Amino acid sequence: MCTVCGCGAGEVKIEGGAHEHTHVHEDGTVHTHSHGHEHEHAHSHDAAGLTGAHAHPHTHADGTTHVHEHVHQGEHDHDHGHEHSHDHHHHEHAVGGDLDYGTGPARAHVPGMSQARMVQIEQDILSKNNTYAAANRVWFDERGIFALNLVSSPGSGKTTLLCKTIELLKNKVAINVVEGDQQTANDAERIRATGVPALQINTGKGCHLDGHMVGHAMQRLQPKDGSLFLIENVGNLVCPAAFDLGEHHKVAILSVTEGEDKPLKYPDMFAAADVMLLNKVDLLPYLSFDADLAEANARRVNPHLAIFRVSATSGDGLSAWLDWIEAGLEAQRARHGESIDALKARIAELERQLAAR
Amino acid sequence: MHEMSLAEGVLQIVEETARRENARRIKLVVLEIGRLSSVQPDALRFCFDAVTRGSMADGTTLDIVDVPGSGWCLQCMATVPMQELYGACPTCGSHQVQPTGGTEMRVKEIEIE
Repeated sequence: MCTVCGCGAGEVKIEGGAHEHTHVHEDGTVHTHSHGHEHEHAHSHDAAGLTGAHAHPHTHADGTTHVHEHVHQGEHDHDHGHEHSHDHHHHEHAVGGDLDYGTGPARAHVPGMSQARMVQIEQDILSKNNTYAAANRVWFDERGIFALNLVSSPGSGKTTLLCKTIELLKNKVAINVVEGDQQTANDAERIRATGVPALQINTGKGCHLDGHMVGHAMQRLQPKDGSLFLIENVGNLVCPAAFDLGEHHKVAILSVTEGEDKPLKYPDMFAAADVMLLNKVDLLPYLSFDADLAEANARRVNPHLAIFRVSATSGDGLSAWLDWIEAGLEAQRARHGESIDALKARIAELERQLAAR
Repeated sequence: MHEMSLAEGVLQIVEETARRENARRIKLVVLEIGRLSSVQPDALRFCFDAVTRGSMADGTTLDIVDVPGSGWCLQCMATVPMQELYGACPTCGSHQVQPTGGTEMRVKEIEIE
């Protein structure tokens, strides 16, 4: 579930391979879960999302019935621990019943003192996603891949801009694209028409991509070392700001057909981004949009924002944006080269030590 | 802003922990909510009561620790108190203030039995 807006995490579909199963358990409970053919770890055990709880009724020998819940973790572990904590304190058996005050976790009872204890958690409400995102980032870095997360409101021209960028760069660098939308694979088809591999993720009830979805997408696409990985997020200026995908930079796109005050109305996104593309500048002569004011507003929420004025239609300003991408790619490759050199140096050193024995 | 879903996120974290610890019941949940995190504590309390009904945390006391907002003003070169995210520096009026405290949104600890 999205902790920002409360949309569901269920119904996520990654193109080409997920199907659904309905299972009936011995106790008569039914649940449906979907799984893809290639997926290594996650099992979404109910339609409600990554972590779903469901209740099992149990009948004991003495005829008492109780219901307890257990949680299916949607990740690597598959913990089916059934907790049978019975409330012995309040069992009022007439004869022969145990009255045990020492069954709590403390295994002791002192009159007037409860079994309660404190457990430190210190966990951010978004920590689960951040763990997936960090793993994605390590994966990209190990391969010298440069990853960008493109965010904007719907209709700002993200896909058109992406197609144009791909057309201009595809002969220089390998590119993979992940497309996030609530429904349809239209955008991935538009990207594939440019000749580069693209994978559509339909978020269903969800309003943003998360680190887990992108992790699966990159495993599926298998991008080449030193390539460019572009993620077009769901058109939404609120929730995607809070969800790190493991990208190197968020790129916010604002078009001149929107308001100049959008960065002030949706500050979280412009604060989370490192780059802003002011798109559709070819339309400026026909609008009363004040581009300088829009830039000033964006810099007010994020003084470090790099801003490029571009038009995907006319091609204006695109060279500066492409130069920025190429510089990022170069930096990632250099880092990759350094880590390989470091490994080679380590091997050479170990071989020298071995020869000396 | 979106307190119902935040409350559900909190419930998920505390129930996971309580199960791992073989607890029967959650008695107390302590949250740290920063002033700049755009969460309304009263709304969160209301939603938390609603989402915990029938769960291990039913009837739990919710303790919200209020963390004041602070930021580093690039003009004053000093830490200044902040009332709102992306707000102006109270000393010089500049908007070049980086939030340094008060954006937390964390589950700090729970009491279980």
